[in-house]
Amino acid sequence: MGLEEKLPSGVLLTTVEQIVGFVRKTSMWPATFGLACCAIEMMAVGGPRYDIARFGMERFSATPRQADLMIVAGRVSQKMAPVLRTIYDQMAEPKWVIAMGVCASSGGMFNNYAIVQGVDHIVPVDIYLPGCPPRPEMLLDAILKLHDKVQNTKLGVHRDREIEELEQRRLRALPLIQQTEEAAR
Amino acid sequence: MTTPTETYVDASGGDWDEVVAAAREGQPDRLVVNMGPQHPSTHGVLRLILTLDGETVTEARVGIGYLHTGIEKNMEYRTWTQGTTFVTRMDYLTPLFNETAYCLAVEKLLGITDRIPERANVIRVMMMELNRISSHFVAMATFGMELGATTVMTSGFREREMILDIFEMVTGLRMNHAYVRPGGVAQDLPPGTVGKVRELLTEMPKRLADLRKLLDANPVYLARTRDVAYLDVTGCLALGVTGPILRAAGLPWDLRKAKPYCGYENYEFDVPVSDGADVYARYRVRMAEIEESLKIIEQCLDKLKPGPVMIEDAKIGWPAQLALGPDGLGNAPSHIAHIMGGGGSMEALIHHFKLVTEGFRVPPGQAYAAVESAKGELGCHAVSDGGPRPYRVHFRDPSFTNLQAVAAMCEGGTVADVVAAVASIDPVMGGVDR
Amino acid sequence: MTSNEHQGKPNLPEKDNLPAEPGQQRLNAPIARTGMFGAKTSGDTSGYGRLRVYRPAPTASERPYSDPDDPRTAYFDEVADALERSLKEVGTPYDAAIKRVVVDRGEITFHVQREHLVEVASRLRDDPALRFELCLGVNGVHYPDDTDNELHAVYELRSITHNREIRLEVTCPDADPHIPSIVGVYPTNNWHERETWDFFGIVFDGHPALTRIQMPDDWHGHPQRKDYPLGGIPVEYRGATIPPPDQRRSYA
Repeated sequence: MGLEEKLPSGVLLTTVEQIVGFVRKTSMWPATFGLACCAIEMMAVGGPRYDIARFGMERFSATPRQADLMIVAGRVSQKMAPVLRTIYDQMAEPKWVIAMGVCASSGGMFNNYAIVQGVDHIVPVDIYLPGCPPRPEMLLDAILKLHDKVQNTKLGVHRDREIEELEQRRLRALPLIQQTEEAAR
Repeated sequence: MTTPTETYVDASGGDWDEVVAAAREGQPDRLVVNMGPQHPSTHGVLRLILTLDGETVTEARVGIGYLHTGIEKNMEYRTWTQGTTFVTRMDYLTPLFNETAYCLAVEKLLGITDRIPERANVIRVMMMELNRISSHFVAMATFGMELGATTVMTSGFREREMILDIFEMVTGLRMNHAYVRPGGVAQDLPPGTVGKVRELLTEMPKRLADLRKLLDANPVYLARTRDVAYLDVTGCLALGVTGPILRAAGLPWDLRKAKPYCGYENYEFDVPVSDGADVYARYRVRMAEIEESLKIIEQCLDKLKPGPVMIEDAKIGWPAQLALGPDGLGNAPSHIAHIMGGGGSMEALIHHFKLVTEGFRVPPGQAYAAVESAKGELGCHAVSDGGPRPYRVHFRDPSFTNLQAVAAMCEGGTVADVVAAVASIDPVMGGVDR
Repeated sequence: MTSNEHQGKPNLPEKDNLPAEPGQQRLNAPIARTGMFGAKTSGDTSGYGRLRVYRPAPTASERPYSDPDDPRTAYFDEVADALERSLKEVGTPYDAAIKRVVVDRGEITFHVQREHLVEVASRLRDDPALRFELCLGVNGVHYPDDTDNELHAVYELRSITHNREIRLEVTCPDADPHIPSIVGVYPTNNWHERETWDFFGIVFDGHPALTRIQMPDDWHGHPQRKDYPLGGIPVEYRGATIPPPDQRRSYA
């Protein structure tokens, strides 16, 4: 019936990191940061057809203090940028950011004075989602990739060690145009 | 109430010295609330600064510009045809209206308004009316959610999915289509569209009736919307408010009837009007407009006759006979054979290249074209200097003008009514800020 | 384009509503652009260096404004007559207030002297024969080549009673960018004038609160002017860099 029936002898072995990752990913609450057209697709994801409630995320929290995930959906103008940073700062750790749409990822088609060319100028982004606007299925795919990432984040000493390892690898990487996946990671 | 006990000052942001000074000298029973750009209401990045006296709003100011994209300036560096792609993202809930207003202005500048093929006009009308329905559904859905009725939100978005399916079938995208181009539309309706639209026409009245059953006589809904945010005809005209708000105030002004475009004079439909001038009247007007749009779409399907969908003039019309190629959608094989291969000419290839990269030239002058969008009068003022790129394009967006009415509607009411008032104006910040 | 006379215009029948442009007048017009390619840094490798594109001189239309062949122009003479009469009633000479009238593509544009703008606007709104109740906003246009008339403010007016539409155009020089505000006549222009100030730097005298509306409050410059850069960043992709649109080599 449930998970308990499948366990051999009723015992499940796992790590604290996996448990914490599982718990975090299954009840992630997005903050409503819908700005422009992508916001409408984000609302459609909350609708009954592309149901985001199956991932436990239908409760879009308006207050950033209770939110885990900030989906920056839409173009961020220069006037909005400080507000974006304030909202990000008001979120409590652990927090993640999905840059939804090309305008949030890189400025999109608006390469001009009024739009911040990529929201990663302001907040650290975990997943970049291209599309103008991305289909709701694409947003769900991005969310699932984020769930994978969250499930597998290391904690504590392991995290520090991982960060150091990544930094060393990136310092060694050569700026080649043809970069294979292994060299990029 | 007579002895003020504490002084409240809005302290989230701003210069601290100013905040302290305001706290010292401010009137003790006034409170300034900043419903900042990010807030639970789904109307986008709108900032409302309310001065409250208890629960009553004494002053309401609107801060906009948080979504300013510089679309109008961007268009000055792209060709006239590429302008469609930019313009479509202004009022992102009614992209086809933006495109049509722009294309009508460009066609007026080119002088080809009566040479647009009839099928293109019928398709434009059909897509615009579908867009009107989908926009009104979003208006109703977000309105319900802001009042706290989440069922209205989910049903509104569910109905909208049906329309987005049709859009995806015809234009390839659910939103921001870039479908209406100067000279016609980008491509013809694929086979199966008419059937799907007929399905919609049979299904939608039932769904609409369900929604109406839920809301029309709902005592909670009536209590929240009756006599809220009153704005009569004088106020509307002084503030330049058009669209459902003006029609809910009693004036049956609709550009589709007064200054018909795209062949609207050949369709039979009524202009719904109400004289409540409050939020409930605007809701009724929008529901009635959805029903009228369904009527128009039915007439469109009957008017569809085979024919070209792009103007025959080779100097303007992009090749619109597209077909499914090996790598996705592209130009029809016959067209490619003509411009590339044997039997074709070098000139045709050069012509295609020049038409797509440089674009057509528009004789110098200026033109203004207006359509009746779902939110009001959407006008495009286009100035050309004779080149292949717009010199200046400015949009008179209905949401921008309608938002000025927030102060007139909200002052004197309660904070909860502000939410209802803004939702009944149905602003789309992409259009407001452009 | 094989023949020079074609000038890249679409194949339209000549009798349509393009403004009439005698050849000599066109040659006397200010030069809008020389050469074909946008990049001016390197030598001319195209052979189009001697191309001169003239900005057409502002045309003025003569009476009668109504064209019997074009039903869109049916009310133009009526409106012009009513406006003249109405201005005379308040003692403003018509020729002083209205510099010229242009009828083009089925639309009529009254070029108004900025000192008389408020007067003309209130006459247009109040006179029963005119009754232009709805002002559809202000648009600014920047013509840097048009010395002493660089900034244009374009007002669209709509009459619901008579179902008519006209346009007012007011100019002002860059050195003195002031235009009287018509917020007193048409309150709807409040935000539109703020936006035009924000984007072009036209100061509307008499506006109750002329502040920035779209740009952040402490922004410098007026973005939609022609001398303000588009402000993009160069985009790098797989080793190649593409400059922002206003710095790319233009083919027109």
